Amino acid sequence: MKMELIQPFINAADAVLAEGLQCSTTVSSLSMEEEAYRRKGVAALIWVSGDIEGRVILDLDTQTAVRVASKFAGTELPESDTLVRETVCELANQVTGNAITALNDQGFHFRVHPPILHTEDGSKSSEDTEALVICFETASGNVFMNIALRYNRRRQGERAMAAGQ
Amino acid sequence: MEQFAPVKRSKDGQPVRYLVVDDSVFARKNLVRIIETFGGQLAGEAGDGATAITEYDRTNPDIVLMDITMPQMEGIEAAEKIVRQHPEARIVMVSSVGYQENIVAALQRGARHFVQKPVKPEVLYEVIKYVLGEDATVSNAAGAGA
Repeated sequence: MKMELIQPFINAADAVLAEGLQCSTTVSSLSMEEEAYRRKGVAALIWVSGDIEGRVILDLDTQTAVRVASKFAGTELPESDTLVRETVCELANQVTGNAITALNDQGFHFRVHPPILHTEDGSKSSEDTEALVICFETASGNVFMNIALRYNRRRQGERAMAAGQ
Repeated sequence: MEQFAPVKRSKDGQPVRYLVVDDSVFARKNLVRIIETFGGQLAGEAGDGATAITEYDRTNPDIVLMDITMPQMEGIEAAEKIVRQHPEARIVMVSSVGYQENIVAALQRGARHFVQKPVKPEVLYEVIKYVLGEDATVSNAAGAGA
């Protein structure tokens, strides 16, 4: 997996979390994962298709999600399953959307699908969809991002042919 | 949350009425909280583009805040359909996907402006004032902060 695909997601997560939580964030760990993804808490999954394809998962434990939701709302919110699910999905949506915006400006074209709750622990990653797991440490708790992206080979071939003409 | 000088309708001095369209309830609630700090009033909500069209017909809002990526019918298509029926409609796209092609597509199909998520209240406030133009007045209410 190329770092040029990952960096926009790290930048976007950093920007969205910093803006929403009004605090700085740090990347406390970064690791490659080839096994099926094991959720830490409530996870939202967003599929990406086009020049680059794959998926992004954002994962927060319940208490962190409630704190994040409260920070985003500017008021203390009571814990509820709906609030937690909505928070995680919207956070995933904003991070992915901002990253896609940056990648699109670099010439990649793709479509972001609406977030869905990641309820299963997923199938094992294939050789070229190995995932990168990043943990962001924030004042509201840890936010995990799991990214498995690859170039769409057909689109890559078309781009190479177009560049050669 | 910061309070802004209330934006009112010029014609009758009433609060500006908003239709908020986003498939995320969380995002809608946040937008509603923000427009309340502008002195705005919620006219209606929708979770997808198709519902947005029927809600527009029902509520006739002053401003529509419209997400782009939504199930069933996306925001740009819904904006185009609303503007076709109501050329006076003022639609502001609010999306995390803010690349140029998307913005241009939205503007070409009738949207008046674009605001990227996460929404900064001070940015949305300026956009609302710009989009309403002479149809809005900013009242100098006591306690207004911006």
